[in-house]
Amino acid sequence: MKAAAVDYVRARSLEEALDLLATPGVESLVMAGGQSLVAMMNLRIAAPERVIDIARLRELGEVVEDDDAVTFGACVTHAAIEDGRFADPSRGLMAKAAQTLAYRAIRTRGTLGGSLALADPAAEWPVVLAALGAQAVLRGRGGQRRVPCGDFVTGIFETRLADDEIVEAVRIPKLSGEARWGYVKLARKAGEFALALAVAVVDPVREYRAVVLGAAEGAPLPLGETSRLLGEGRCERTAARAAIAADLDAATARHIAPFRRGLHAVAALRAIEEAQR
Amino acid sequence: MTRIRLCLNGRDVAEDIAPRLSLADFLREHRNLTGTHLGCEHGVCGACTVLVDGEPARACLMLAAACDEREVTTIEGMAGDPIVARLRDSFHRRHAVQCGFCTPGMLIAARDLIRRRRAGSEAEIRLGLAGNLCRCTGYTNIVAAIAEAAAATPEGESR
Repeated sequence: MKAAAVDYVRARSLEEALDLLATPGVESLVMAGGQSLVAMMNLRIAAPERVIDIARLRELGEVVEDDDAVTFGACVTHAAIEDGRFADPSRGLMAKAAQTLAYRAIRTRGTLGGSLALADPAAEWPVVLAALGAQAVLRGRGGQRRVPCGDFVTGIFETRLADDEIVEAVRIPKLSGEARWGYVKLARKAGEFALALAVAVVDPVREYRAVVLGAAEGAPLPLGETSRLLGEGRCERTAARAAIAADLDAATARHIAPFRRGLHAVAALRAIEEAQR
Repeated sequence: MTRIRLCLNGRDVAEDIAPRLSLADFLREHRNLTGTHLGCEHGVCGACTVLVDGEPARACLMLAAACDEREVTTIEGMAGDPIVARLRDSFHRRHAVQCGFCTPGMLIAARDLIRRRRAGSEAEIRLGLAGNLCRCTGYTNIVAAIAEAAAATPEGESR
């Protein structure tokens, strides 16, 4: 339960971190809060040659609000979101998700960008950010690019982040005053990783709706038929169940066990009912 | 080796350490602060909870190297803290300690719950303790002790 030998560098700027990451011949991993990475190093699932610590880069801790969106620096902690220390584009959804994420002593260090970049299939942020229609802002030495969070995660611990890129920020569009959301996490114990996770968002003013599942044997799983139904207004429980079943049937590439499928269906139904309340 | 300087329990400390050393092992093996207990070493059990820059953190999930220029407080550094004093008293009276392995982490987590005013009901306390495992007590007496200390803490001491 001890990490293997490793080099540690605390980057003094994002540019320095990117230069370090691009060093040829050195297998480096970027560490934000380290709340997954250090556990994985202790278990020796991860054994990088060098850790590049970006946790205290001021430029990654900032939150900027404009007319349409709030942009969170990658190293904003879960606890800061839980406590509502910044402008909230999500009308409470992000704070709710943060409260259910691990434990306070982990939330004080773990970060929004770190969670997204790691892309644990059962993690909260990749699902919430996809459901909010957020964009990941990625920085490489050649410049910046944006990828919709719904496309960013491509599989289990797999993302579109290139080897020489760092998640710099997440840009989250503001929900209107008429928007509603539902958030349902099923786990055997508070703070554990989800067995099923469903996030529903509907914003009639922006004609936006999304229902996304997490912990679903892969990347966050958008439920197309279900979100279409949610966008049409109040839906009956029978119709909602049928739409959820159709969406789960359509996910043929995923090997979802029957028990877990039942949990996903319950989580999705509760989430859309919460979003219609 | 990498050089770290930090403020540990109110005193400035500087030391050369291996970068793979966890904060927990640094505290226990280099500074002889054995009040920080190590259970699971991957963030689940909460026995190693300490304060980093005033906020609770898992000492097993922080590299000591990442604590350079930070302030770390362990249970040994909390002798003068009024909330911890109240918790120590209520844990004693309520018999909230059996083997004692989880107790330092419990006290630090409980102090944080009280400071953040998240110890107002039994349900809230139980939720707040989800990240601190106790395999002896069944939690009943720990929850009662925290409720008692929370009720006795004036608003001015929370934040």
